[in-house]
Amino acid sequence: MAGAVATAIGLAISPAQAGKSNDTLAWATDREVAVVDPYYNNTRELVVMGQLGWDGLLYRDLKTGEFKPLLATKWEWDGNKRLVAELRKGVKFHDGSDFDAEDVVYTINHVSNKDNGVLTYKNVSWMKNAEKLGSHKVAINLHKPFPAALAYLSNVVFIMPSGHYDSAPTKADGKKDFAAVKAVGTGPYQFVEVKAGEYVQWKKNGNYFKGSPKGEPQIGNIRFRTIKEMNTQIAELLTGGLDWIWDVPKDQAERLKDGGKVTVENAKTMRVSYMAFDVHGKSGQEFFKNKKVREAVAHAVNRGSITKNLVGPASVVIPSACHPDQFGCAQDVPKWSYDPEKAKALLKEAGYPNGFEFDIYAYRQREYTEAVIGDLAKVGIKAKLNFMQYRALRDLVWKGKTPVNHMTWGSNSIPDVSAITSHFFSGGRDDPAKDPEVIKALAEGDTATDPKVREAAYKKALTKISGELYWLPMFTYAKYYAWGSDLDFKTTPDEIPRFYTAKWK
Amino acid sequence: MLQYMLKRLGIAILVALTVSLITFSMIYLSGDPAIALAGEAATEEDIANIRTFYGYDRPILVQYLDWLFRALQGDFGQSHYLKSSVGGVIFERLPTTMLLGACAITFALLLSIPLGVLAAIRPNSLIDRFALTVAVVGQAMPSFWFALTLMLWFGITWRLLPITGTSSWLNFVMPSIALGYYVTPGVMRLTRAGMLEVLGSDYIRTARAKGLRPMPILFKHALRNAILPVVSLAAVQFGFMLGGSIVIETIFAINGLGFLAWESIQRADLPVMQAIVLVLSVFYIALTFFSDMLNAFLDPRIRVR
Repeated sequence: MAGAVATAIGLAISPAQAGKSNDTLAWATDREVAVVDPYYNNTRELVVMGQLGWDGLLYRDLKTGEFKPLLATKWEWDGNKRLVAELRKGVKFHDGSDFDAEDVVYTINHVSNKDNGVLTYKNVSWMKNAEKLGSHKVAINLHKPFPAALAYLSNVVFIMPSGHYDSAPTKADGKKDFAAVKAVGTGPYQFVEVKAGEYVQWKKNGNYFKGSPKGEPQIGNIRFRTIKEMNTQIAELLTGGLDWIWDVPKDQAERLKDGGKVTVENAKTMRVSYMAFDVHGKSGQEFFKNKKVREAVAHAVNRGSITKNLVGPASVVIPSACHPDQFGCAQDVPKWSYDPEKAKALLKEAGYPNGFEFDIYAYRQREYTEAVIGDLAKVGIKAKLNFMQYRALRDLVWKGKTPVNHMTWGSNSIPDVSAITSHFFSGGRDDPAKDPEVIKALAEGDTATDPKVREAAYKKALTKISGELYWLPMFTYAKYYAWGSDLDFKTTPDEIPRFYTAKWK
Repeated sequence: MLQYMLKRLGIAILVALTVSLITFSMIYLSGDPAIALAGEAATEEDIANIRTFYGYDRPILVQYLDWLFRALQGDFGQSHYLKSSVGGVIFERLPTTMLLGACAITFALLLSIPLGVLAAIRPNSLIDRFALTVAVVGQAMPSFWFALTLMLWFGITWRLLPITGTSSWLNFVMPSIALGYYVTPGVMRLTRAGMLEVLGSDYIRTARAKGLRPMPILFKHALRNAILPVVSLAAVQFGFMLGGSIVIETIFAINGLGFLAWESIQRADLPVMQAIVLVLSVFYIALTFFSDMLNAFLDPRIRVR
């Protein structure tokens, strides 16, 4: 009887498909993945898996920022709205078909067509179309000059085989269900199976082309698992059911590190935190129309303390409305140091010697906003926290109903200022200021092809944004990663773990 | 009896419709679903496209009636996130939740009925105090904390049970205990109270006077009567477990209906949320209806009232 029980227990525990012995790197997040297509699933998980299963035309070296050949071997601008690329020969898709110009033309023409419903259309809307110039030569035509094109081509434009979406089933409403097509790419890992809510299985692409800057994949299988609860993820990591997790809260990460059974690292991400002010008083609480009040808030919030005590050592305070790693993110802009006495003096000058009370809105990491509220209380400003879901908050922001919103932006890991500053300050609904001078400068930066002209234009815009305090740029986000002692893994600064570079020790 | 049954059935249908209408309205109170679907990096244009694509630009009442009309024909639509039929997704995950609920209620009954009987046989004894302790702890302890404690001991420290998944019956041991324990106090106290009342009744005294042995008196005559309200309670609690397993499914990464409900709320997958609420409320209402009918069948006074 005891033997039977032991056997039953052994049978139940052994199938944990993870670890060196199974040659399977199992990683988990709290999100369910059902659609394995980077154009029809815009979650971070698919951004990560996109790099596994597919290749773009270019590869961006994270150490140097340099663009290297991936599916394209050469590229050059023909004017400022046409990019001509020569393609790599001898590359095969996972289904065995050969990669050529037809695939690039098909993919770009499919995704840039608005009717095909790519979820984050912004990632591809800058491309007008693509045309075949030879069996391995293409031209990509743009609607208007878009200097960040190479960054997008390396990060979010993945190449599918020609005719890939033609087999999409038709939905009841008569529209094609492109998300239902089985994933096929040229990437270092090949899609095997997905079970929504449980796992996505990948296996090594044995035919991955030699000379790829991504390198040759080392681990046989990669398995993504959905585990909602962080405590459960940690339990699985400690017992060998998982090899890798991230987004571990700071206190738990520190305990894990002290335990010594797993490797714990705090790494930077492309996400930044900011506080946006209602500078036109649309919300009905008009305190922040007064620049002195905004300055008082900027001096009252101890951003350094938040990064050090709450976020993690890889987080830094930012002076500009962008991430320091992004192209054009000038750091030489007006800065606002922590100085509560100055904040009190400014409040007095602004006519609020005893402070005032207002509503602050937030959706993410409540403790960060609570720290802000604590700092403001020290200078006499009472902030009432309205913590809600992202979709509810963004709706309110667009309607101008938030006196101050404390939010974040990840830029889709695009290393270019156009992915954040231009998004928020070009006069759209996210723009709290709608400053014509800033809008003009950003438009110049977004369309100029000379990097120096772009940098100068962005600096002008960022200087005005920080100087006028339309935003108080807060800090960069940092994530705690934890992985098993058998795994040789290197973190990356853009919040896209490259599992294809991981190997067993 | 038929009149009573039809009346209860009518009420049940109205309750189901009301629940679905309230849920539909509440979903919109938490913000624009198109924003959640579009994701964080979406532009205004992306969101406007999605709003039109999924028909969220229509009046809410029109959307609700459209959904209800199709739901009554068995068509719950397509999941925006999972990109597959809502009916298929729900009925794929329902068996897991049903199995978890069945295991949990079985555990709860196996623990609570014997404890309740023993407590009634020896009121104010050590066993009664123990049963009371079980009840108090069960009601006071949050299920997530109990689940994590089980995981810590049986999953991490002793490595006796798997922590996540559904691949073996052993995967269901900890979730069933964690989910079932919450129900135990109610069932146990009801069993105890029923048994105390029955054991003090005239017919039991008569049975003893006739010289029947204690065990047949206890199980054949007393428990059979005392357990009737327990059956009703268990039926309702089973319905509660189907809807209330969200926390347990989340902690143990069980891919059931509760987990699906939680995920759908997070990503504003309205067709799935609506269908889950409807399915769970129908289950709950059906079980309550069954419980009402059972009580009415067993106690004719209820039908008259």
